[in-house]
Amino acid sequence: MAAASSLHATAAPVAAAAAGSRSVSAARSVRVAGSGAARAGGRMVARAATKADSPASAASSKSDGHEVLLFEALREALIEEMKVDPTVCVFGEDVGHYGGSYKVTKGLADMFGDLRVLDTPIAENSFTGMGVGAAMKGLRPVIEGMNMGFLLLAYNQISNNCGMLHYTSGGQFKIPVVIRGPGGVGRQLGAEHSQRLESYFQSIPGLQMVACSTPYNAKGLMKAAIRSENPVVLFEHVLLYNLKEKIPDEEYVLCLEEAEMVRPGEHVTILTYSRMRYHVMQAAKTLVNKGYDPEVIDIRSLKPFDLHTIGNSIKKTHRVLIVEECMRTGGIGASLRSAIIDNFWDYLDAPIMCLSSQDVPTPYAAPLEDATVVQPAQIVAAVEQICQ
Amino acid sequence: MAAAVVLRRLRPHRLVAPALTTTTTRGVSDSTDPLTIETSIPYKSHIVDPPSREVTTTPHELLTFFRDMSVMRRAEIAADSLYKSKLIRGFCHLYDGQEAVAVGMEAAITRSDAIITAYRDHCTYLARGGDLVAAFAELMGRRDGCSRGKGGSMHFYKKDANFYGGHGIVGAQVPLGCGLAFAQRYRKEGTVTFDLYGDGAANQGQLFEALNMAALWKLPVILVCENNHYGMGTAEWRASKSPAYYKRGDYVPGLKVDGMDVLAVKQACKFAKEHALENGPIILEMDTYRYHGHSMSDPGSTYRTRDEIAGIRQERDPIERVRKLLVTHDLATMQELKDMEKEIRKQVDTAIAKAKESPMPDPSELFTNVYANDCGLESFGVDRKVVRTVLP
Repeated sequence: MAAASSLHATAAPVAAAAAGSRSVSAARSVRVAGSGAARAGGRMVARAATKADSPASAASSKSDGHEVLLFEALREALIEEMKVDPTVCVFGEDVGHYGGSYKVTKGLADMFGDLRVLDTPIAENSFTGMGVGAAMKGLRPVIEGMNMGFLLLAYNQISNNCGMLHYTSGGQFKIPVVIRGPGGVGRQLGAEHSQRLESYFQSIPGLQMVACSTPYNAKGLMKAAIRSENPVVLFEHVLLYNLKEKIPDEEYVLCLEEAEMVRPGEHVTILTYSRMRYHVMQAAKTLVNKGYDPEVIDIRSLKPFDLHTIGNSIKKTHRVLIVEECMRTGGIGASLRSAIIDNFWDYLDAPIMCLSSQDVPTPYAAPLEDATVVQPAQIVAAVEQICQ
Repeated sequence: MAAAVVLRRLRPHRLVAPALTTTTTRGVSDSTDPLTIETSIPYKSHIVDPPSREVTTTPHELLTFFRDMSVMRRAEIAADSLYKSKLIRGFCHLYDGQEAVAVGMEAAITRSDAIITAYRDHCTYLARGGDLVAAFAELMGRRDGCSRGKGGSMHFYKKDANFYGGHGIVGAQVPLGCGLAFAQRYRKEGTVTFDLYGDGAANQGQLFEALNMAALWKLPVILVCENNHYGMGTAEWRASKSPAYYKRGDYVPGLKVDGMDVLAVKQACKFAKEHALENGPIILEMDTYRYHGHSMSDPGSTYRTRDEIAGIRQERDPIERVRKLLVTHDLATMQELKDMEKEIRKQVDTAIAKAKESPMPDPSELFTNVYANDCGLESFGVDRKVVRTVLP
């Protein structure tokens, strides 16, 4: 069990990632300082942002842990939080009796009842608004968009009410909602169901955004998001729900604002998140064979960026490649590039490269769809270019 | 004696009594004996039996109505002048003419019930116990405003009085109100939410979405359409195929109320609260009128005639109605009521003067309250940088 005061979840040395597989991180427990305090203060994050490098303290779980699929990890997180806090409830289409279109909420309606796991009609705008209203009155709804793309219908509620009410009321109302759902390019789901919308929510003041990529971080981030006093948008990915990983038996919560070191290295910093992490790790295998040593960081926190971890990496490698599935124009990569230039210009030895998905609606045809997102071969080529 | 009691209620800190009638024969009545008054017109209803036209009230309550509505009227007119002197900027939507809705509703419910409304919210805030000084300070963007100067006219809130604002986007508050009612049902609080919107917002899809959900889950929400017959410059018959807003709930019952009659409003809200707690949502359509334009940028006379406005003021003004009631039932004399109004005018002027003294918010306030528990930083965009402004 990790010391409660050590908030940095540092990765134990990671085994060389097999092609396409997720990194096996040593089970580590991070307790956000006291489960009660998690809600009371955000002080711990300030420390995370400013603390100097400390020796990696790998914490190991007492027991062996258990294997879960990513959607099961999300479900475990929901169940744990709903058991502990009666104000946590779930809103969404087909979350209750159907069990969730991706089975994230399977069985929850039986456990917690129809009011706490609410099957809504197909009315994203108003059930998101209802979630915000319920949050104003003290509940903590977890609002599911069956696909992130559908949440565009609720954009007004998310931007104006969710993001802004804490500010326009002079701090009177908190909106501790979690807005979650799968997004990203799947397998030939068509343009409207394959959207990459992280950038759309990026500029909304008052929101936090995180993207999960492994069962371990999915559970930890979901719990952290539920406990956060701020509205959090949790981006899941349609293709990652069946990833399998062993996660600790003990309870753990991750830090929302923290990035994850996937593979330490020396030559180049590759910043990525969500599904692209796996493409990067696949490319990393090729790169290692070619003699490169990439450092791979899963940024996880899309707003705000964990510039502490990112900065330390840049100071070491001096080269940055951003690999994302977001749209090229105005995407997460664009903001990240900007932030890096503002903060770490002196440490850069090469221009920052950013590989994003194309600014096109996702086509249906398989080869075209593959060309829409970044593929490992492109990542390898980019690293070779940067490291010349 | 009774006169002094009235004065203390009006201005507890005043040192000098104004010139009210000095005769001790009769002062303004503050009796709490019940009094039954008939509403101006019968209620129209949709799939529900309407409440009775006979409203029970007391002289004390009628006087409170008169006073509260006069304070609101005076405050809105003062806001008009402040806007014209450029102390209030941006959008300012005034409620004068509609006071009976805010006051009547408040009389029927408790502070544990929730109210949420759109941007014409100054008087609803006052009715919920909001402070005049805080209201004017917020309008002028000062530090002591009810939202610390950061919300403005359209964003008044009062959490401790269960007043949830204060919303600029037309119709967006309706699902929020259903969410409030959801929380009330979730927690089995036994309270209701009054979810106010206008005739313009009545055509928003999210309203029907929210109504469907409210009816499905029997949420204790009362949708109140404050129908002042104009959605900014568009008359209701030009925007709505069916301007019978109380019928639009289809499977949800509705009641049409004379919104200029504070007693009718009170009765309807009382009825609606009992209904909502038992049976789920109900729609109240308040037939009301605003004397000002949609906002201070709108003269209000390009889409309606001055005769119409003057006519309503003549025939249906809510304050005049109560004044007549007070006088005909011999609860106060015209002079006493005039003096009360003078008092109120001074009260409002004093509040404005005090609000003017409040300073502008500190520049650091730009970044506070973006996030709750700001993680030790005051604000951060994606680059985590804390940005501070330097004002000239």
